[in-house]
Formats: sequence, structure tokens, C-alpha cells
Amino acid sequence: MQLKIKVQYYALMREQAGRSEESIETSSVTPADLYGELAARYGFTLAREQLRVAVNSEFSDWSRRLAAGDAVVFIPPVAGG
Amino acid sequence: MRFRFTQTVIDTERARRELQDLGSGGYVSFEGWVRDQNEGQEVTRLEYEAFQELAVKEGDRIVAEALLRFPVKHALCIHRVGSLQLGEMAVWVGVSSAHRGEAFDACRFIIDEVKHRVPIWKKEHYRSGDSGWVNCERCAAEPQHSHAEHRHRAASNPWEPV
Repeated sequence: MQLKIKVQYYALMREQAGRSEESIETSSVTPADLYGELAARYGFTLAREQLRVAVNSEFSDWSRRLAAGDAVVFIPPVAGG
Repeated sequence: MRFRFTQTVIDTERARRELQDLGSGGYVSFEGWVRDQNEGQEVTRLEYEAFQELAVKEGDRIVAEALLRFPVKHALCIHRVGSLQLGEMAVWVGVSSAHRGEAFDACRFIIDEVKHRVPIWKKEHYRSGDSGWVNCERCAAEPQHSHAEHRHRAASNPWEPV
């Protein structure tokens, strides 16, 4: 089954994806699957273990089941301050 | 909101007034400034970028945690985003309290947690013409590499508790 998901990219992820957001049709079931799919497409250099993920503007588990319309953000290591 | 972003210079006088309280005997603040070098490279300017929707929630949670953990009156954190020159203020934390000890402790707690938990990224531009996202580039080329060899804690396991 295909889901329509919104993905937003920040910082290194934005540069490597070459865009700040997109809407995609995906058969990925979890954010972890989705990261694998997009890493293959864009050649992301960070391993998933180095990231966190947010779904609908809240931190999420990598194993959560994605739903149609979810907004996903992959969060590379932070460096505020 | 006890955590917010600004795209312009942080107005510390105004922020400080938000913390004033007749029950407070003092206030402690921390300012983070853009430094001219990092890890042996000469830095010429910085760019800060944030996932603001989540960052303000997480930042607000951190300040709320500080208010629960330490007996202080008020606390506030303001983070700059956009392009910053050397010497400019990137972040400000202020805490007012009846007594100074807990104000220092709460201020330290807030800045430490903000650095580790809030989705904000910093791109350094170097004199050499090179640039890089702090904590993201060093391990990126070899994600399978033994992390124990990295002194760079944030890059090897960015999410481990302090």
C-alpha cells in the first residue's frame, strides 16, 4: 500500500537531498524504512543510528507505523548554542 | 513561551526585564558568542538553522524542567537563527531567583540541555573557503567506523544523556 507522506529536510539533510521539503508516495511502513528508501535515493552520508526522527513535529520512534499525511523530519546531530 | 527564536540581535535588556520579580535577589545570564575558531579551523561566520516547530516545544520543556528542578523564579532562553558574524550573540539564557546558587545551576542546566536536545544546527564557514555542519560531517564519511576513536561526543552518539 502506498502512503502519501510529507518530508521536510534541514541542515546537512537539506543540502544532501537538494530540497527543503517534498511530498512522496511511499510503501515504507515506518520512519526507519523511509530513511532507508530516501538514503538510497539521495546518498545521505549519516547512518540512521546518528539521527533522531520527528513525526508531526514531535520526536518519534523509528518503528512507529506511518499514516497518510504524516510529516516526517530526520534530525541530524544538533549543535545549538 | 520560555524559549524563542529571533532572526535579529538578541535584545538582552528586554529579556532581562521579563525575569524581574520583587521576590528575586538576583539574576544569572549566559551568552553564547560566535568564536573565531573551532577544532583548529579559523571560522569566519556561522549560520544557524532550526526545526522551529519542534525546537520551541523542546526548548520550552527544558526551561520548564529547570523550573521544576531548581527553586528559581523565572527563566527564559532566546536563540538566534540565520547568518551570524564573529562576536555576535547566538544564544542567551537568563534565570532570576531568590538566591544566586540555584540561579547559576538552573542557567547551566538550560544551556547544556539546549545544546544537546533542541533541533538547531550550526554551519561553520572557514577561512580556507571550506564549510561544515558541526557534529555532522566528521563521522559522516565513515558511519561504520569505531565510534570509540572519536573524541567528538556529539558526533559519535549525539543523543546519549549528559
